[in-house]
Amino acid sequence: MLQDPGVSGRFGEFGGRFVPETLVPACQELEVAFRDAWADPSFRSELDNLLREYAGRPSIITECHNLGKQLGIRLLLKREDLNHTGSHKINSVLGQVLLAKRMGKKRIVAETGAGQHGVAAATAAALLGLQCKVYMGEVDVQRQALNVFRMKLLGAEVVPAMSGSRTLKDAVNEAMRDWVATVETTYYALGSVMGPHPYPFMVRTFQSVIGDEAFAQCRDVLDGKDPDVVTACVGGGSNAIGIFSGFVDTKARLVGVEPAGGAAVGRGVPGVVHGMRSYLMQDEHGQVQEAHSISAGLDYPGVGPEHSYLASIGRAEYPSVTDAEVIEGFQLLAKTEGIIPALECAHVVAWISREAKNMQGQTVLMNLSGRGDKDVAQMMEILG
Amino acid sequence: MANLGSLEAELRAKRDAGKKLLVPYITGGLEGWLEAIRAAAANGADAIEIGIPFSDPVMDGPIIQLASQKALDAGATPMSILNDLRRVDVSIPLAVMCYYNTIHNAGHERFANALAEAGVCAAIVPDLPLEESGPWCKAADAAGIETVMLAAPTAPDERLPRILDRVRGFVYAVGLLGVTGERDELASTALLLARRLKQLTSIPILIGVGVSNAEQAAEAVTVADGVVQGASVMRRLLEDGPDAVGEYVAEVRAAIDRVPVAKG
Repeated sequence: MLQDPGVSGRFGEFGGRFVPETLVPACQELEVAFRDAWADPSFRSELDNLLREYAGRPSIITECHNLGKQLGIRLLLKREDLNHTGSHKINSVLGQVLLAKRMGKKRIVAETGAGQHGVAAATAAALLGLQCKVYMGEVDVQRQALNVFRMKLLGAEVVPAMSGSRTLKDAVNEAMRDWVATVETTYYALGSVMGPHPYPFMVRTFQSVIGDEAFAQCRDVLDGKDPDVVTACVGGGSNAIGIFSGFVDTKARLVGVEPAGGAAVGRGVPGVVHGMRSYLMQDEHGQVQEAHSISAGLDYPGVGPEHSYLASIGRAEYPSVTDAEVIEGFQLLAKTEGIIPALECAHVVAWISREAKNMQGQTVLMNLSGRGDKDVAQMMEILG
Repeated sequence: MANLGSLEAELRAKRDAGKKLLVPYITGGLEGWLEAIRAAAANGADAIEIGIPFSDPVMDGPIIQLASQKALDAGATPMSILNDLRRVDVSIPLAVMCYYNTIHNAGHERFANALAEAGVCAAIVPDLPLEESGPWCKAADAAGIETVMLAAPTAPDERLPRILDRVRGFVYAVGLLGVTGERDELASTALLLARRLKQLTSIPILIGVGVSNAEQAAEAVTVADGVVQGASVMRRLLEDGPDAVGEYVAEVRAAIDRVPVAKG
């Protein structure tokens, strides 16, 4: 079991609540409200119903016979790409928006990178009758135009973040600035296991449905055994922590794959931004560096604090792959299995194909956290 | 009161003598910033808050974001700013405003000592709330740096006394729900919070965030002991240069000096 970070929100030396004083009472109220809701059978049953009847859970496990054979491994995919809205983000957003309603909030704000969390937030807000404003880096607005239009169709307002690198980091800044001004009426639906306590803990709890299902499904498919390797991509790290949560007590290797241009664990040092202490790419003066990744969803210089903790105790490892490897991985899964992955997940395909020679005969469970439809236009440009 | 830091001692003495307090904010490392400090000091500032620019200033609105980005683009670093400050011989206390990662990256003790060596009295760290402030406050106390804590309109009654226990220098009363920037009116939350604080403490209470002109400053000091002004100062520095900062500080000084001292 992953641990409860307690009232201080600490995962070892990581986490915490480094927010402007204005937001401290709101974070404290949110923690109390979340713990109360999670312990309430009626909340859990309402959420379970939505996950089943609206999001389409449980998501299936698909065995990749063709690619597995080619690589000399047994490869299983946890199909979060088949959820409503096309990614794992819906798991957390349905929980958070139900919680927002329970807290009497009328409006949600969210940040988004690739647009998957923004789309999920706009979807849940439409379903449950809340106003929704989504901040998205101006660079990402350009490269994910399709998701911008989807959010607008769903009734959300999309605001381009024009500061800094104009990507996910800056969208988080803008969402936090909005929340500082509107905290009394607004719920901040953070998209990943990052930010101030209780977000890393709360979002992980909502995403643990992935790991809970996958653990039982693997026992079934693998005749009572567990996979040798469990792997997922890591930007903030919510899909990875979701699937890791089911296997942290098994002997499985846990592997979070970072983009080479946004490798917070791989290249960062502990720092504090966006409310949390975690590994962070920063310069010698403490200025946060801009991440550079082909995938908008992983274009983030930090990482959720629980990943920093898992790395620091050696329970999980965080290799990185280059954009060029990702482009290969994207095409590899499409051509061998007929599944177009999100560019974020193509990082994991890339790592598996690179490392397969060291995993011969092993069973690898990969979280396919999102589908690639949103990336097709971008890949069409790249591949000509 | 023994062992008061020099910022708190100075502000208390002036307040107790019936004077209202004016603390302009100036982003370090921006073109003209040292001249702006001298101009503010010469025109009636009681202390100056020097902003150390950060890549991700979540408590700041567009004007201070722009100033921070320009300073960073010009090559400003925390240590270059502190080095430059040694050359500023103004007779009023200097405080720095910095985001916590700047301190965390340098190391608590090293940063506190660097402030002291640069002649800085105090630090304001807007993303370091009470619960996370222990390690920094310990290092700051040891180096003789006063840590100014923020109090926000959202704080429940039980929270304010705990913040005030940890305040050094002055208490920074956040005037509104929102980030730094100019507004058309002083928010009603500003005076409400100042009144709540007044009942709890004798330490100087300064309202900052959203005190946007001389008129609003005058309104703020009908209850508070003084004001911190950031965006309205920085807009003038960005648009018209250091002399405009001096003129503005003089204008605000005159406006708050006209406000009669509240009884009791």
